[in-house]
Amino acid sequence: MTVADPTIIDLGDDSGVRRRTGSPVLRLSEADAAALADVPAEAGDQRMVINMGPQHPSTHGVLRLMLEMEGETVLRCKPIVGYLHTGMEKTGEQLSYLQGPTNVTRMDYASPLFNELVFSLATEALLEIEAPPRAVWIRMLMCELNRMSSHLLFQATNGLDLGAVSAMIYGWRLREDMLRLFEKITGLRMNHNYIRPGGVAADLPDGWRDDTLRLLDSFPDKLDEFDQLLTGQPIWRERLQGVGVLNTAECLALGVTGPLLRSTGYDWDLRRDQPYLAYDEVDFDVLVGSYGDCFDRYAIRLNEIRESMRIVRQILERMPAGDYRIQDKKVTPPPRARIDESMEALIHHFKIFTEGFKVPEGEVYVAVESPRGELGCYMVSDGGPHPYRMHIRGPSFVNLQCLPHLMAGGLLADGVAIISSVDPIMGDVDR
Amino acid sequence: MTEEHVDGTDEGEGDDAPEVELAYGVPVAVSRGQRVLHPTRDQLLGVVEELRSDGYLVCVDLCGVDYSAHPGRSLPLGVVGERFEVVVNVLNHLDRDRVRLRVQVPEDDPTLPSLFDQYPGTEAMEREAYDMFGLTFDDHPDLSRILMPEDWVGYPLRKDFAVGSVPVQFKGAPEAR
Repeated sequence: MTVADPTIIDLGDDSGVRRRTGSPVLRLSEADAAALADVPAEAGDQRMVINMGPQHPSTHGVLRLMLEMEGETVLRCKPIVGYLHTGMEKTGEQLSYLQGPTNVTRMDYASPLFNELVFSLATEALLEIEAPPRAVWIRMLMCELNRMSSHLLFQATNGLDLGAVSAMIYGWRLREDMLRLFEKITGLRMNHNYIRPGGVAADLPDGWRDDTLRLLDSFPDKLDEFDQLLTGQPIWRERLQGVGVLNTAECLALGVTGPLLRSTGYDWDLRRDQPYLAYDEVDFDVLVGSYGDCFDRYAIRLNEIRESMRIVRQILERMPAGDYRIQDKKVTPPPRARIDESMEALIHHFKIFTEGFKVPEGEVYVAVESPRGELGCYMVSDGGPHPYRMHIRGPSFVNLQCLPHLMAGGLLADGVAIISSVDPIMGDVDR
Repeated sequence: MTEEHVDGTDEGEGDDAPEVELAYGVPVAVSRGQRVLHPTRDQLLGVVEELRSDGYLVCVDLCGVDYSAHPGRSLPLGVVGERFEVVVNVLNHLDRDRVRLRVQVPEDDPTLPSLFDQYPGTEAMEREAYDMFGLTFDDHPDLSRILMPEDWVGYPLRKDFAVGSVPVQFKGAPEAR
């Protein structure tokens, strides 16, 4: 099979070396790729287009890759996405602002609280209200815990993809402890619908501080096990070091954010550089790598768990008292106890949940630092009770564009390590 | 969409119409504390080039909006609303500053220049806008559907694309035994 590729030039000096110029992105439609099957191969041409996924277990859900290979070497590649597309942006236009978090929380299902947060922050920016301090700190607490659980999921799947199956069990075990805490606080292990416009759904339950502390105290030893199992291990380093290298200029050009950008040595973290919530009041370090390879991305995510633990400890010390949601009658339903004794409260409650609250006309873009990078929400209101347009800038969607650049020239077996290190969550890619 | 709207002198604003506020030579507005530029399609590449030289090196987001169900939206003086808008968010890391560009795109000719040459990261985002709104980007390297299947007909995020219109086939009630 042959794909017309003007980007390969033969050096023509008997060395047999062919140099590639131009883009490693394979821009070929699926129909054209299928038609290639009938084209007879030219003598000596080893190139072929093969398909990987969407059911390949290492591709994190339903990512499909169209790969142009020469032997075992990846020449060009095209990520084909959309298998998980459920039209959540369209659905978001039908739901009220109070129902919105239920919808967006299902996008990036490994870090659902960030989706709720960015949606709520965008709604609050349009309403020009601010959540009370306790709500802000609860949000921060939950998001940092969620960052830890999301990075643990990465540690688990990254190990699994590379054949270190025990890492999967270690990561899953820790994440399970966290999900139990989430269940206690929010009522659900995932897809919490906990952070809502105006604050959070409920106050922290009794004993949350002890539970969180117990979790934090059990973590350092268990995280060190990753270091013992993986970080220094020669096989692990051989598989990751120098594989899938990206530089800062490429990252900026492609809009890549999060641990991928930081792995190239560029320190950019929205929590520090454009602080939202109360991140300007807590102390933490932004971790950067030096080589921009898979190993740096692994190490950054592992150590970001430790940084998040630092933040959580500060939050535990400084959690303010007060309301967990804004006492703005336009936005907040009355407390449950009032409904039993007051007809007006019942009507008020009914109106908020059937009609929703109206949001003044306008448009706003809000971004937060999710475990995968910049998670943004562009929201347009026409003055009604539903968002006129709700667009989520998924970090995985944009980060996935660097995949062909990371894989070009490498072996297919390294491709699995690379996909894993990009850490795409397909729910976030396809929305 | 024509050039004459740009200078803000049309539409009979009265004798002493307030002056159009300009930045980068295009109308600028502030929305909830965020700076928004309103270039026309012809001005877009020039404005983006200037923004890039000012350090706005990253295009974080590009998306389409269909305003057909919201005709009376407020726009700064000198900008005439069209059915579609393409919204581009750019970020300056050094100044930690964001700027948003809102480009009006008319319904009868939904094309605008691609930002791929300036920001290669817009490739997937422009494909998404094409997929969801049917906006075409000139000089885009691979303008094809990205989230919907390749053979899909229609543009789902347009306001006239119905939701839940899949016919449900009901069977008759089971007969009494």
